[in-house]
Amino acid sequence: MAQIVLKNIRKSFGAVEVIRGVDLEIRSGEFMVFVGPSGCGKSTLLRLMAGLEDISSGDMMFDGERVNALAPSKRGIAMVFQSYALYPHMTVYENMAFGMQLAKSDADAVKTRVEAAADMLQITPYLKRLPKQLSGGQRQRVAIGRAIVRDPRVFLFDEPLSNLDAALRVATRLEIAKLHHAMNTATMVYVTHDQVEAMTLADRICVLRDGLVEQVGTPLELYENPQSLFVAGFIGSPKMNFLTGAHAARYRAETIGIRPEHLVLGTGDEAWTGTVVHSENLGSDTFVYIDIGAEEPLNMREDGTTRHKPGDTLSVKPLEGRVHRFDTAGKPIAG
Amino acid sequence: MAWTILKKTAFYALVVFIVVVAVFPFYYAILTSFKSGTDLFRVTYWPTGFSLENYVKVLNTGSFPQNLLNSVFIATVTVLGALFLAVTASFALSRVRFRGRGTLLMVILGVSMFPQIAVLAGLFELIRFLGIYNTPWALIFSYTIFTLPFTVWVLTTFMRDLPIEIEEAAIVDGATPWVIITRVFMPLMWPALVTTGLLAFIGAWNEFLFALTFTSSNATRTVPVAISMLSGGSEHEIPWGNIMAASVIVTIPLVALVLIFQRKIISGLTAGGVKG
Amino acid sequence: MTTEALAPPKAVAARRHAASELTRSRVRSAMIFLLPMLIALAIVAGWPLLRTIYFSLTDTSLTNLYGGKFVGFKNYLGWTTLKSGRTIFSGLLVDPVWWNAVGNTVRFAVVSVALETVIGMIVALVLNAEFKGRGIVRAAILVPWAIPTIVSAKMWAWMLNDQFGIINDMLMRLGLISTKIAWTASADTAMTAVLIVDIWKTTPFMALLILAGLQMVPKDVYEAARIDGVHPIKVFFRVTLPLVRPALMVAVIFRLLDAMRIFDLVYVLTPNSSATETMSVVSRENLFDFDKFAYGSAQSTLLFLIIAVMTGIYIWLGNVRFDGGDR
Repeated sequence: MAQIVLKNIRKSFGAVEVIRGVDLEIRSGEFMVFVGPSGCGKSTLLRLMAGLEDISSGDMMFDGERVNALAPSKRGIAMVFQSYALYPHMTVYENMAFGMQLAKSDADAVKTRVEAAADMLQITPYLKRLPKQLSGGQRQRVAIGRAIVRDPRVFLFDEPLSNLDAALRVATRLEIAKLHHAMNTATMVYVTHDQVEAMTLADRICVLRDGLVEQVGTPLELYENPQSLFVAGFIGSPKMNFLTGAHAARYRAETIGIRPEHLVLGTGDEAWTGTVVHSENLGSDTFVYIDIGAEEPLNMREDGTTRHKPGDTLSVKPLEGRVHRFDTAGKPIAG
Repeated sequence: MAWTILKKTAFYALVVFIVVVAVFPFYYAILTSFKSGTDLFRVTYWPTGFSLENYVKVLNTGSFPQNLLNSVFIATVTVLGALFLAVTASFALSRVRFRGRGTLLMVILGVSMFPQIAVLAGLFELIRFLGIYNTPWALIFSYTIFTLPFTVWVLTTFMRDLPIEIEEAAIVDGATPWVIITRVFMPLMWPALVTTGLLAFIGAWNEFLFALTFTSSNATRTVPVAISMLSGGSEHEIPWGNIMAASVIVTIPLVALVLIFQRKIISGLTAGGVKG
Repeated sequence: MTTEALAPPKAVAARRHAASELTRSRVRSAMIFLLPMLIALAIVAGWPLLRTIYFSLTDTSLTNLYGGKFVGFKNYLGWTTLKSGRTIFSGLLVDPVWWNAVGNTVRFAVVSVALETVIGMIVALVLNAEFKGRGIVRAAILVPWAIPTIVSAKMWAWMLNDQFGIINDMLMRLGLISTKIAWTASADTAMTAVLIVDIWKTTPFMALLILAGLQMVPKDVYEAARIDGVHPIKVFFRVTLPLVRPALMVAVIFRLLDAMRIFDLVYVLTPNSSATETMSVVSRENLFDFDKFAYGSAQSTLLFLIIAVMTGIYIWLGNVRFDGGDR
């Protein structure tokens, strides 16, 4: 259990500054997700917390103690890697026990801890197997088990699900959520580029862009009150519709954004009329793309049972109070 | 249709030609080694007789068995020593960033291309000074000049390709560089170690210049020098039968090893880009 | 590892930056790991090389290694002016035996490497095609490579024997020659004999390196060319060759360097033949057989310099990356 504070953290590789001054507080026991497009520095930030990279400047505090120079093994962290990073020549048991053995822990204590972790993750039957004899999902659970055995203050996850197929990804996501509840004292930091993972797992999300923090908040805060155009476009699926020019001027804004789920059929002053160019039926929902003469067609969510053919003319309007207004700098306009 | 058949035939003719040229000299050496007496001086393309006389003679007269032992001992010790020094060094060269790493690798590559004659005079003096002239240690000592850069270079190439996340996992687990090498990398690298060791072994086994220069008695010579010096009763009578038998004896194990490890050797050769 | 270099950029260093415990311990371990190897190389390579160069500037003899006096560059080039006003030059740079050896070495290196490259390319192309028994062919071409040089020299010496050699027998049967040729003994053919053996022994190495380059060429490139109906020979020169050229260049220059220092094959196959003796062979003769230790040292120093220059060109041309990217 640890509170992590980052003060003006910077990291350069040669002349390239990848992290450009990050201030962030991660509360004790919190599940924090770093999300952002590739190259935003989220993985680097995690590796700086792990101690796998040197911090160029700034302070990294764990429970008030500056850990900038501390070796990874002494920070009380455990890390789960994207590629699992299991030791191929060791059995599952040996993989999980390796860290404790290096710390010269008592053999009985090692056994107890490994077995408890294996039990928790339901991998006890595989303890004697080698990683290559396991499926991808099982391997990732072993990697998580190895982290649990270390009994860390902080769990660090580096895109742990991206090597799994879609179905397994959902199952393992649930597994990690359960783990967080079971170990509610441990702080968890999780890196992903998938905003669905971020929304479903996080207590709070930190959106990163170009080495800077764009916004920090609970998933709902980010969804409802995005503090920039970037966050508005990044959080939520499908993407928010953005309108500029005359459409936005009507709302006294440079740009306005409306989520597809906040558009309904209707007429009136605020309504837009256009022709259907495409419609995607996903069973539960239908997404209708309507050309209203803006740069891109408006995407509207409807019930899965509705049918609109391309060429149909539709009038749509936003739900009351669901229009996000942004100024020229891409910042939200209050009210 | 006829054109395709012709092309196919020509292709297979080429394949057969390559195989025959590659293997024939060795085949002919084996053939010769089983001939005895005046049979030796009749050219035949197929085995005619089967006589072990040459082998018996090589193994029972002179110091050839001793030379074989010398070669095995010298090549083995050289390779083990080089591997021991190279494993840790190549970890440093492939996995740790430090200033001057590029230059260091360049120096190592440079040493592996050293003409051995350039150090011959200096080495001769040093070996005399150390008092190891005409002992196996003179050769073990001098062979380090080509086995060590070679093993460092090849192992560095191999180690560079090991996944970085496994090393990072070990770092998080609290492993020191020494532990990473011995308990994580070495078990993953043993095929590379075997390959590199084998290539270095072949290099040491075949070496001629140093062996010729730093030994002076029959009992301390290695196999290549011994074979080059096998002589008959008089100066003009070259014992071809014995030479061929000795050649076959020293080559069979090498050919067997190379064929067993052929895939690994090819990858090792191309990784190092170095002649074994 | 992507740990930072020892010295971070200045601007960053100003901001109270110290390398972490992890980086420092890794760099420290790296130094400790490198030290034994560096010491070993310094002892077996560095020091002897310096001594050789030193000997080349003295009049040291084999029987009295420590009694040599410093004579400057006399072993390389010296002169005395006679009373008559005529200047007589002496030393390595005016020694016809040495220049003969240089010529032999260069001729050997250029011809052998050129032929090995062409034949190696053919063999590699054959091995790159898919056909039944490819594994056997690959194994077969490894055989010459696995045979010790001395053994191949002796095997071929026997096959090339003038009286009882099978090569003469074959050529007679085919009617290509009418009298038996003393391949290794005759000055006209000795170099050919050396070349034959070296090409036989080293082409496999060349072929394997080229094959590795060929196998890195993506298959769809060929398929695209075939769909476009490009003639196979044109495909080779316009597609394959440019793509394998980097690998080929490295292999060629490497082989050249190797060929420049050849000793064992020449020494065993054609002993005491001025038609084949190379720089390494004459150097060793002077060092240990003719008791001209200092003169031999000068010759080996010169060979070292030649190869050093070539190595520099190799590194420059091959554009070898030494720090292996980010790790």
